[in-house]
Amino acid sequence: MDPIRILVAKVGLDGHDRGVKIVARALRDAGMEVIYTGLHRTPEQVVATAIQEDVDAIGVSLLSGAHMTLLPRILDLMREQGVGDRLLIGGGVMPDEDVEALKALGVAEILGQDTPPAEIGVTVARLVNEHRARAGVGEAS
Amino acid sequence: MTDGQLPLFDDDQRAAISAEEAAWEAGELAAFLARQPEQRDEYLTRARRPVRRVYTPADLGETAFADIGFPGRYPYTRGPYPTMYRGRNWTMRQIAGFGQAHETNARFRYLIEQGQTGLSVDFDMPTLMGLDSDDPRCLGEVGREGVAVDVIDDMRELFDGIDLETISVSMTINPSAWILLAMYVAVAEERGCDLDRLSGTIQNDILKEYIAQKEWIYPIRPSLRIVRDTIVWSARHLARYNPVNISGYHISEAGGDTVAEIAFTLANAVAYVEEVTATGLPVDEFAPRLSFFFVSQADFFEEVAKFRAVRRAYARIMKERFGAQKPESMRLRFHAQTAAASLTRAQPMNNIVRTALQALAAVLGGAQSLHTNGLDEAYSIPTEFAMKMALRTQQIIAHETNVTNVVDPLGGSWYVETLTNELEAEVFRILDHVDSLGGTVRAIEQGYFQQAQADYAYDVALRKASGEDVVVGVNRFVETEADPAQAVETHRLDPESERRQVERLRAVRAARDQTVVDRLLKELTEAARDPAENLMPATIAAVKAQASMGEIVNALRDVFGTYVETPVF
Repeated sequence: MDPIRILVAKVGLDGHDRGVKIVARALRDAGMEVIYTGLHRTPEQVVATAIQEDVDAIGVSLLSGAHMTLLPRILDLMREQGVGDRLLIGGGVMPDEDVEALKALGVAEILGQDTPPAEIGVTVARLVNEHRARAGVGEAS
Repeated sequence: MTDGQLPLFDDDQRAAISAEEAAWEAGELAAFLARQPEQRDEYLTRARRPVRRVYTPADLGETAFADIGFPGRYPYTRGPYPTMYRGRNWTMRQIAGFGQAHETNARFRYLIEQGQTGLSVDFDMPTLMGLDSDDPRCLGEVGREGVAVDVIDDMRELFDGIDLETISVSMTINPSAWILLAMYVAVAEERGCDLDRLSGTIQNDILKEYIAQKEWIYPIRPSLRIVRDTIVWSARHLARYNPVNISGYHISEAGGDTVAEIAFTLANAVAYVEEVTATGLPVDEFAPRLSFFFVSQADFFEEVAKFRAVRRAYARIMKERFGAQKPESMRLRFHAQTAAASLTRAQPMNNIVRTALQALAAVLGGAQSLHTNGLDEAYSIPTEFAMKMALRTQQIIAHETNVTNVVDPLGGSWYVETLTNELEAEVFRILDHVDSLGGTVRAIEQGYFQQAQADYAYDVALRKASGEDVVVGVNRFVETEADPAQAVETHRLDPESERRQVERLRAVRAARDQTVVDRLLKELTEAARDPAENLMPATIAAVKAQASMGEIVNALRDVFGTYVETPVF
């Protein structure tokens, strides 16, 4: 199977990057190809990078509280730009009802504070593989 | 032996105690361990420092009484003031900020009614980053994590009805700090306040932004110049104001360990002192107004020792490295905040207990002011109820426990004194290393601090996952079903707040005299081109003419450029 490629991004203005760096390292340790955007990216920049890097999934970390604005915006842009079939995974501090609302909109998963590093790798791999299987592209190479 | 002082315990005394300890180990201890082994092979502090089973005077080595000394006297190990909380309790300073200025003003008045003794302002991300509320990058972030401030009108409303000469105001703001200081000074002047009576603090600690909190605008060198300008200007105009709050809190929260927190913070302090003294301002003319900010974490005794060690290390640096003469230049004063990253989403009421213990460590470590976190921190910014509980926690420590009766009550504990010695030695080891890298700015450019922080953060995450670092309710004593008695209500922002703020900013822009604004912004840009010029006067003039924060930031961007990080993980 092709190695999983994932874009890890910080959107919005907050600079809390402790979590995203742990996630990036955990995914790298799990054997994935990780591209980290750095801080303060806009939804447009994130989606453009995801297309350019041809990733399986986009992991977006934000702790600014703007998740209900920014994550739906990224989903819209993904759909508009023909990559609505890739996974969007969120991470950060969010109220439970927001987590439910985001999943209903199409965010594949929200990884909360203190998700163990190994579990991050397992969860992302599972989501991507299920998604590849559904799309019939999973078992290549 | 230090400063020619005799050690607390001489060689003979220490040898006798060590001999007795060896006999105890061979006797009572060995017999007991044979029946019941200890629970772990190795006992470590949060900073991963191994600790002994029991401490004795022999552990203090050559430590002299003068290294510990008296509060309010060099090297200030026991506190910056002779009477500490007998004279005055620490300032109970709960940070607050959300929505528009009038909404935060109402929260401030509520906190003052509840007995809070100082104000602390949290700004929204756009304000922290120096962006105006109508900038497209700010969509969804205006007034969300803090209060939105664009123009002087917002600052006026924020402190409406609050006496700026009697209540001290701390503002957590960094790359755009000089603009908010200008607005604050301008509002105080309008009200006829005596500037020398204003007391408070701006965080304004840009170096730790590149290391930890990651709020920046310009590259490092021009940013350091802005900090220099605020320190120099304040030294001449604001007798009681702290123009910088050199912060370890964020270094710790971003993943730095206990030693990194204090060592990196002092490395930043050294850089600021060097930058300001390079202007010719003598160290004793500004050092008394340098202030500090640290976290209080869960490792109780190590935290107490940390506060003591950083006070002593700072005193020695100021005296020996910078030749400070005034006692006020050598005594470190700090604000403490309990550790937000230690709070959990699971079983949130546990967070009250965590916070209380962390707060107690800060008090026993001699904090000058304290913020205790809300129990709902892992959900959202705190509700009024969560903030009240946090304030009550401080009030209980201050008024019910009697810990305030005696200065530095843990001084003389062989364990705490040993930890204090060890942490101080580690600080100087790291400072030497930073010097060997070419100083703080070069070390940031090389990613030294950032990598150390990321490594420790990752190790902590692995240890939490393995259960080695216990987090009650998360990896031990877990409840599978949410306890309805622990449901938290989260703070909800008025969804119309952002739109109102944007409209207000546009209305201010439409009504002001644009010709004056353009001229003053041009003068500010000119001032920036001359590295010897102080930016404060031109900035104060611009904010008085209702220039917005974003406009001021942009006026300097052509001269200073933009910072681009190379992330390490």
